Amino acid sequence: MKVSQTALQHLAWRAGFGPAAADLPQIRKAKPADFRKQFLQESFNEPSDLKAVDNPFAGMTLPEISKKLKDAGEEDKKQLRNFHQEGIKKLNRLWIKEMISSKAQLREKMAFFWHDHFACRTGNAMHLQQYLQVIRSHALGKFPDLLMAVSKSAAMINYLNANQNRKNSPNENFAREVMELFTVGKGNYSEEDIKEAARAFTGWNATYTGDFIFREGQHDAGSKRIFGQTGNFTGEDVLKLLVKQKATARFLTEKVYRFFVNEELDEKIVSSLSNGFYASGYDIGQLMQTIFSSDWFYQKKNIGNRIKSPIELWVGINRQLPMEFGNQDAGMSFQRIMGQVLFNPPNVAGWPSGRAWIDSSSLMYRLQLPRILSAGTDFTVSPKADDDVQMGKVAKPAKGLVAQIRWPLFLQAFSGVENKDAETALSTFLLQTEKAPSTLMLEKYSKHNSRESLLSSRTILLMQSPEYQLC
Amino acid sequence: MLIKRRSFIKGTGLATASLLMPRFLHAFDADEKVAPGNKVLVVLQLSGGNDGLNTVIPYGNDIYYKSRPGIAIAKEKAIRLTDDAGLHPSLNYLGKLFEDGALGILNNVGYPEPDRSHFRSMDIWQSASGAKEYWQTGWLGRFLDEQCRNCEHSTQAIEIDDMLSLALKGKTKNGFAFKDPRKLYQAGRSPLFQDFLNAHDQEHAEHTVSYLYKTLADTKKSTAYIYEHSQQLTTGLYPNHELGRNLKTIASLILSDINTQVYYVSIGSFDTHVGQDVQQSRLFKQINEALEAFVTDLKKNNRFEDVLIMSFSEFGRRVAQNASRGTDHGSANNMFFISGGLKQKGLLNELDDLTSLKLGDLQYKVDFRRVYATVLENWLNVKAEPILGNAFEPLRFV
Repeated sequence: MKVSQTALQHLAWRAGFGPAAADLPQIRKAKPADFRKQFLQESFNEPSDLKAVDNPFAGMTLPEISKKLKDAGEEDKKQLRNFHQEGIKKLNRLWIKEMISSKAQLREKMAFFWHDHFACRTGNAMHLQQYLQVIRSHALGKFPDLLMAVSKSAAMINYLNANQNRKNSPNENFAREVMELFTVGKGNYSEEDIKEAARAFTGWNATYTGDFIFREGQHDAGSKRIFGQTGNFTGEDVLKLLVKQKATARFLTEKVYRFFVNEELDEKIVSSLSNGFYASGYDIGQLMQTIFSSDWFYQKKNIGNRIKSPIELWVGINRQLPMEFGNQDAGMSFQRIMGQVLFNPPNVAGWPSGRAWIDSSSLMYRLQLPRILSAGTDFTVSPKADDDVQMGKVAKPAKGLVAQIRWPLFLQAFSGVENKDAETALSTFLLQTEKAPSTLMLEKYSKHNSRESLLSSRTILLMQSPEYQLC
Repeated sequence: MLIKRRSFIKGTGLATASLLMPRFLHAFDADEKVAPGNKVLVVLQLSGGNDGLNTVIPYGNDIYYKSRPGIAIAKEKAIRLTDDAGLHPSLNYLGKLFEDGALGILNNVGYPEPDRSHFRSMDIWQSASGAKEYWQTGWLGRFLDEQCRNCEHSTQAIEIDDMLSLALKGKTKNGFAFKDPRKLYQAGRSPLFQDFLNAHDQEHAEHTVSYLYKTLADTKKSTAYIYEHSQQLTTGLYPNHELGRNLKTIASLILSDINTQVYYVSIGSFDTHVGQDVQQSRLFKQINEALEAFVTDLKKNNRFEDVLIMSFSEFGRRVAQNASRGTDHGSANNMFFISGGLKQKGLLNELDDLTSLKLGDLQYKVDFRRVYATVLENWLNVKAEPILGNAFEPLRFV
């Protein structure tokens, strides 16, 4: 009983952001294969846009927009800055909400994975919105399409200075990162490959409102030699050359395995997955289906051993325990305290993972968080300043993490469970580790005046345990 | 079964803390101190990109005044250091330290291919990576890894902040971050967390769970250690603002002889795109008075020779001012070293070269990792190369 419930929840945690309280009856009853099918199928539909901003320059031509931007006075500039800042914050909220409530869990989880893979920052809300749509809509498609779309997105073109890459004065930033971090990985290209590829990418640019443009006058149309092949390659040709390399399949498969299965690689499995991925023309959806329907995915060593990243922790809590916040920036505050803000990866290599999330202070916040959410005492900590965003203003202490937890909705999922079994039911639902903290110990911290207060106090205690940091 | 055995031991009165705790939870009992005579490093991070040219003012240079007609600082207002350069008017105490031979200024510090994003450039300074490398550990974190192989303390390096910076994150060891030792001590003392630890059965624990429990145990131990050793607050008079309070905390810890060798503290924001003078003057005034209190305190307790204060910022700013009486992101910058134990003092190298700019920016002359190598080798007495990943030639200011 416990084993199969944990296994189904394992799928929900890895192929999504954890089981929702409302899923519980299903998890208890459904056959594993049926549950898997049902859990994954929604993700293969086309996602709807997450729309935080409308293009304020709609209907204007490029020269008109440029002129308007050039002529902008102090007040206009301030307004525009505000438009972008608020837009980016709103996009953050929308995506978090989608992660919490979407039925397409795998798609959002996969998009989160691609956001880390194609790590990117921009101050332009329109660019960001478009970038997010690219990684969400291609999340489970073919990798070559995803790679092409991200590479041509205005966000990435600006972030990796592709817009400064011109014939006779190349900027190699994008050419280098696309090889080192996005496709073949270190050791599978030469400095010469980068130089030549940078020439092929010359002329790529994007407009302020997010359209890709190719400036032919800035493109170096001459012959290049890349990966041992010679031709008058364009940027598109280079991306195609990159996915032809088997190293790309291997590089991506390893990363997927570390993220979705286990930080320690199993050589035999990874190489078989990688071969299949390559042979399928990089069908991401198929790769993920193979992983989640394999027996080894559900092995003991792969369950409950992954340290939740801050986003996974936050979204997971919100899925398991439905709650609302008076303060709409609560999610953002949490992200900043924990050091993982969506759309703000530390650098193009993405976020650190695993144990890197845990130090003394971050662990203390994690262990205190459920109490703060439920008990009404707020954090009094200040997140670090982000000068790229704050432009010289002082960081304010994080506030507003107190939530209204919708206990009746949560407890409903346990309505058929007898009091004597309730504790086991709770810890089986909340924890993925083999062992739970001792019931005897938790007993003295639980409130016993009613069934509701017993279950709710026990839920918070279990969420405060070190075990809850794992999935 | 285990619980039963424990109750039995408790019941027979044979219980001792060490019997009840899994072995790994009390591996650090030795009370290592940094006794007087040992060296302490205090890193002062100026977040946001401090404008180095209005910090050390090259008042002998016409280009400076031509590039900054609205924000240049007049020679007669600056605190005089030499014929060619002076300090920002708000840094008068630092001028005094300069006279006393307790201040060294290194100009033109930076790294190749400078990055102008705050976040990224700070990443580079804190991790000590090259501009094209992405490291997930910091230079002081790796110092802990090397230095602290056998000690279970995470108190060798402390950041006075709510969150731990990358600089203090190592591969196997992390520094410790708090603003108020008492607050963290109380959080760590939560009986629930203690009970989690007591009830955790480590023989059957999975690997990752053990790591979390170990961190929790370490946190509890370390906070108690810090709290107990820092009860004796310094009697020095400190200004009542954040940096003042933070340096007071650091002074209390230094004077209480705990084992901490590195302290890390930040102030900001120096991101002065608009109306630079007001913002920079306000922050400099805070730094000036906080450092005065701190150095006076250390001198009174005969520890100024043992403490080195080092300041840095993620980048300097553009030589020319912008249209909003501010400056935009630049590259190379100066670093300050304050100590009673400097081997070289005053201006440690030539002033910034304002004639050979690259796209309007200063070109660095000294790689910041040479400064780190100096501090590691000559002050903290450890081999720098394993920590920095490459050999960097040390300087000679300490």
